[in-house]
Amino acid sequence: MDRSCYKKGYPMSTNRTFQYLKGVTTLRFSRELCISCRRCIEVCPHAVFGIRNGIVILQDRDACMECGACAKNCPTSAIQVRAGVGCAYAVLASKWFRTPGWFKKRSQTDSCCVSADELSNKSPCCGGGGCCGS
Amino acid sequence: MNTQSSFPTISALSDTWTLKDYWGVFKVRWGVGRFSYRVAPGLYALGTPGEETPVFVTANYKLSVDHLRRALRGRDAWILVLDTKGINVWCAAGKGTFGTEELIHRLQTTGLRDKKGKKLLILPQLGAPGVSAPAVEKATGFRVIYGTIRAKDIPEFLDSGLQATEQMRTVTFSLLERLILIPVELKGLIVPIMLLLSILSLAGAFLAWGISFLGSSPISLKESLSLSVETFFPLIPAGFLGVILFPILLPLLPGKAFSVKGAVLASLGLIAYLTVSHTFLLVPIHSLLFKVVPYIFLLVSMVSFLALNFTGSTPFTSLSGVLQEMRIALPVQLVGFLVGTVWLWIDLVTKRGIL
Repeated sequence: MDRSCYKKGYPMSTNRTFQYLKGVTTLRFSRELCISCRRCIEVCPHAVFGIRNGIVILQDRDACMECGACAKNCPTSAIQVRAGVGCAYAVLASKWFRTPGWFKKRSQTDSCCVSADELSNKSPCCGGGGCCGS
Repeated sequence: MNTQSSFPTISALSDTWTLKDYWGVFKVRWGVGRFSYRVAPGLYALGTPGEETPVFVTANYKLSVDHLRRALRGRDAWILVLDTKGINVWCAAGKGTFGTEELIHRLQTTGLRDKKGKKLLILPQLGAPGVSAPAVEKATGFRVIYGTIRAKDIPEFLDSGLQATEQMRTVTFSLLERLILIPVELKGLIVPIMLLLSILSLAGAFLAWGISFLGSSPISLKESLSLSVETFFPLIPAGFLGVILFPILLPLLPGKAFSVKGAVLASLGLIAYLTVSHTFLLVPIHSLLFKVVPYIFLLVSMVSFLALNFTGSTPFTSLSGVLQEMRIALPVQLVGFLVGTVWLWIDLVTKRGIL
């Protein structure tokens, strides 16, 4: 990545610029259950968690993309989140359209990439590098 | 060193890319054979690994394996390839195929579970949504460490004693990363966009043709079809704006919701069109505005929808955010689309004295 832009505060490469809607995430963090093992800091791709005075804190809640990595790897279940993929196409395909039979097997969850299995060489969505392309 | 004896079925991997590998990257970026670009799951040896060598885990999408082996150039490593049905690490983790069960199963079938010496698994960070590290550690006795997000950071990560910086741990969405997506986006959306415009044109043509019989001068189907194509195909730029320009301009467009960003982009496109037509082609502004009104509805709703569709390609939109946005944006887009379409059909029917 071009970090020179970062220093100048140019909007192209700072993660803050790419923050999505505020106050919508389902992420819940329990300070009481947390043992500060730092696994969540290790797995979060958006630096949602941080360290202050040796204990783990929720430092940037609105940056959460609900990938579910933190909750899945938390040894004490101190973190909870409804994990899913933020893909409008997948939501349309799986929830709001009536699913035809041939499609059913391919769209059992929200994730677009979920549908790309051996049944077909065609993914229903996903141009994605964020998602299926990378 | 007798490294291979304890694990019977190991193939050697090369740490350099051949021309064929580069050609493969080009093809999958255009979506050609993307879902059959696979490597056989199992254990691979890079260099001459031994009992003290850590195990790197990856997906069986060939591009995933390729990036890993190239990043490990000049080093010895075990590479454990999970069966993710040819899907990359992050997507497979979301699906769960790059997951706890598959990892434990693969450690067992390859005999790696009984590895003596250093029991260390290095997983790609983006595999974490599918893998529970505590569960794997408990079941296999291996220690699990998540490596970096990008394979290119692996050498630095290894050389600094398995320490990742925050920069290595956060996803980016740079201009280059967005540009890479455009070919596949384009390929997937050209047909739907052209199909939509063709359907609108055909319906308009039949409508105008049928109604013309009620009036005094019936027109031929051919004539009404060419009129209709003239009416709807100027909307092709909606595809250009939504599929090519939107990913490029994403961080510069105002708003947080993608549908809003898309609507802004469509408006800017319209303003650019009006400015060019008025200043350079000297079209009077009032006749321009009159003609353009129904297109405003269509262009804005189409580009806004394409923008919303792009949420699936970004590494930062959440499901909750997308659901929230869709609740408001989809009905608005639909109404805008219908108003624009019906308006243009009416225009078509009243054109050239059909009625």
